[in-house]
Amino acid sequence: MSEQALERATAAGPASPRRKWTDSPHLWFWIFVGPFVAGLLVFVVIPILWSVWLSFYDARNTVTPTHFVGFANYSRMLEDPSFRSSLVTFVLFAAFIVPTTFVLSLALAVLVGGARHAQAFFRSVFFLPTACSYVVAAMIWRHSLFGGTAAGMLNTVIGWFGAAPIAWLSIVHPPWYWLVLVTVRLWLQVGFFMVLFLAALQRVPKHLYEAAALDGATGWKAFRYITLPQLRATSTAVLMLLLVNAFQAFDEFYNVLSTTGGYPPYARPPLVYLFNIALGNGQDFGDGSAGAVILTLIIAIFAVLQGRLTGIGRRGDT
Amino acid sequence: MSSYLSGSAPSRRQLLAAGGGVLAAGALAACGGNTGRSSGGGGGGTSGGSGGGGTISQWYHQYGEAGTEQAVKRYAAAYTKAKVQVQWIPGNYDQKSAAALLTSSGPDVFEYGNGPTIDMITGNQVVDLTDVYGAAKSDFTPSLLDRMTWKGKIYGVPQVVDMQLFVYRKSMLRKAGVQPPTTLDELISAAAKLTTGKVKGLFLGNDGGAGILAGPVLWSSGHDYLTADNKPDFANADVANALGQFHDLFTSGHLLLGAPTDWSDPGAISDGLTAIQWTGLWNFPMLKDKLGDDFGVLPFPAIGTSGKQSVPVGAYASCVSAKAKDVEAAKAFVKWLWVDQTADQLDFAQSYGFHIPSRASLIAKATKLQTGEAKTAAGYLKTFGHPQTPLLWSPKSATAMTDAVDKIVRSGANPTSSLASVQQVVNAELKRIGV
Repeated sequence: MSEQALERATAAGPASPRRKWTDSPHLWFWIFVGPFVAGLLVFVVIPILWSVWLSFYDARNTVTPTHFVGFANYSRMLEDPSFRSSLVTFVLFAAFIVPTTFVLSLALAVLVGGARHAQAFFRSVFFLPTACSYVVAAMIWRHSLFGGTAAGMLNTVIGWFGAAPIAWLSIVHPPWYWLVLVTVRLWLQVGFFMVLFLAALQRVPKHLYEAAALDGATGWKAFRYITLPQLRATSTAVLMLLLVNAFQAFDEFYNVLSTTGGYPPYARPPLVYLFNIALGNGQDFGDGSAGAVILTLIIAIFAVLQGRLTGIGRRGDT
Repeated sequence: MSSYLSGSAPSRRQLLAAGGGVLAAGALAACGGNTGRSSGGGGGGTSGGSGGGGTISQWYHQYGEAGTEQAVKRYAAAYTKAKVQVQWIPGNYDQKSAAALLTSSGPDVFEYGNGPTIDMITGNQVVDLTDVYGAAKSDFTPSLLDRMTWKGKIYGVPQVVDMQLFVYRKSMLRKAGVQPPTTLDELISAAAKLTTGKVKGLFLGNDGGAGILAGPVLWSSGHDYLTADNKPDFANADVANALGQFHDLFTSGHLLLGAPTDWSDPGAISDGLTAIQWTGLWNFPMLKDKLGDDFGVLPFPAIGTSGKQSVPVGAYASCVSAKAKDVEAAKAFVKWLWVDQTADQLDFAQSYGFHIPSRASLIAKATKLQTGEAKTAAGYLKTFGHPQTPLLWSPKSATAMTDAVDKIVRSGANPTSSLASVQQVVNAELKRIGV
């Protein structure tokens, strides 16, 4: 048997002697995937686990603490009114920004998708802000569009109507800073989600609309009963991304609102607060990590709730 | 079979993979490469013991004034007992240096605002520098040394003194018939009188002063962050009333808000947006450039009957990391530069930015501080100067206080209850530190 096999192998030609250790698919799998897995481990997985470990220790000015404190960091963070208020603020922020971005990007996608002329032009124009750095956009919003003096762009415009200039980022009653933050975020994000929706829209079979039109369903009815259900998979993914984005807000908030004196106690994202505790002058990695774990749990809870409501992951839907 | 294997040329796939591996290794090596130490230079000196020969890595934040970087590199190059590598760190210096202290590739010698934090000291990240002072100790500004002293040991050497104060446009005050204000009430009425059309009377920063008011309001009303025996001294009616007045000022329309530059920049006053501005002594050269002799200086005005004018003073101080490769060599360098080399210290304070030397003997020699407004400002150091915050004022206490002042001034929160909740945070922090 074995001799026969050997004979057959030799007879098979020059390919078979090359069956060596270098031909193992596992080897090549690990050589190509290995560096990425290593990077993921070193820069993502290990830091996350390390952070969870730190959250149970008194870790001031050290990342190799020895003093175990159990859940003390967690209870301190949960009792901290500033952290609690930043969490509440961002639950409300998410409740506003997620549906708003969703509706706007879907509306844009439908409009651009239905454009008879220059579709590529509009698609590019609305998508371009995605390529802009959050920091750069924040600077433009802060200093040029919403500059507080009469020379600021928006103040120039309202000046035409005789209104006095508004110091958008100085006044907190009314909270104009939200206008600045929300508009910059919408400008940066809507285009990206519009493209996701556009791609999904183009996959909706045309014959569905034709059949519906024969039954008298056009316009809003067609959108409500054909487009929306057909976009379900994309919609759930977009909602999930938007939710995570909302809770992870940092860049544009930090660059729009922080001043020489630090970040003010208004519209302070949890991540900015934790950044100041752990990586700012505080250097308190225990409290910072505990806060990060709490924030992660909150995002997870909201994601699960949202999944339940929208039906992501249900069999056959995606 | 085996001969076949050894004779086989590497396939394209193998080559590609090997190349990728080399690239990855190179990238990883590059990550840890920029530590400010020349890789070969330190070997002999450090393993052989203390003394000479090693490389000392010294960190500075990025000073804005031209020539400063070249100056500190020149000082370092003149040191003969060791090679000193200067790292010029742009951006969030406090965060970067604090994070670098966690690793063994951090600085040996570094500057930190007002000396190391209390947690750096209690966490044994920095070393005691008391013995580098020697006989020169009495020459340094005592309030600054106190700021860097914990349990009788001094943990930093002040490099230069910076001061915050009011500057005002003499011409604008003259025109409005306003005397330079010396009390809070005078300041508030001056702000009203000086507000005309697009020019606002007073600029305390785009946050209406929320970021800078805490210290000056405390000192000027006869209080402090902490008493001499480290008890909170801010939750009282004097301070609450004063902060309430600043809320009224915020809503009065007499404050400049939303200016293109913040208080730390002279832009608002030199561009004629305001008549009086809170700013830093470091802006003197630019103010002189733009305004000539048309500006005067003032300390923060006195508040109430028991109050006295005040100015905050701060100092970047040279510290030595406990993880320095050779602590003794690093200390020797700090002593050489910031205690012995008085000519360099004077040059550093005078020739680039505008600072006050940290030593009495050098203030007397500083020619730029001998006349006019500069002389007046330098005089404030002794009469009205307070270190920005006490050593035991931890970052957590600082955040709680700044948040509270911001909410009182900008959104009209109740001053009494806000200050009371800051006191709770501060008491907890003092207890933690072990006072």
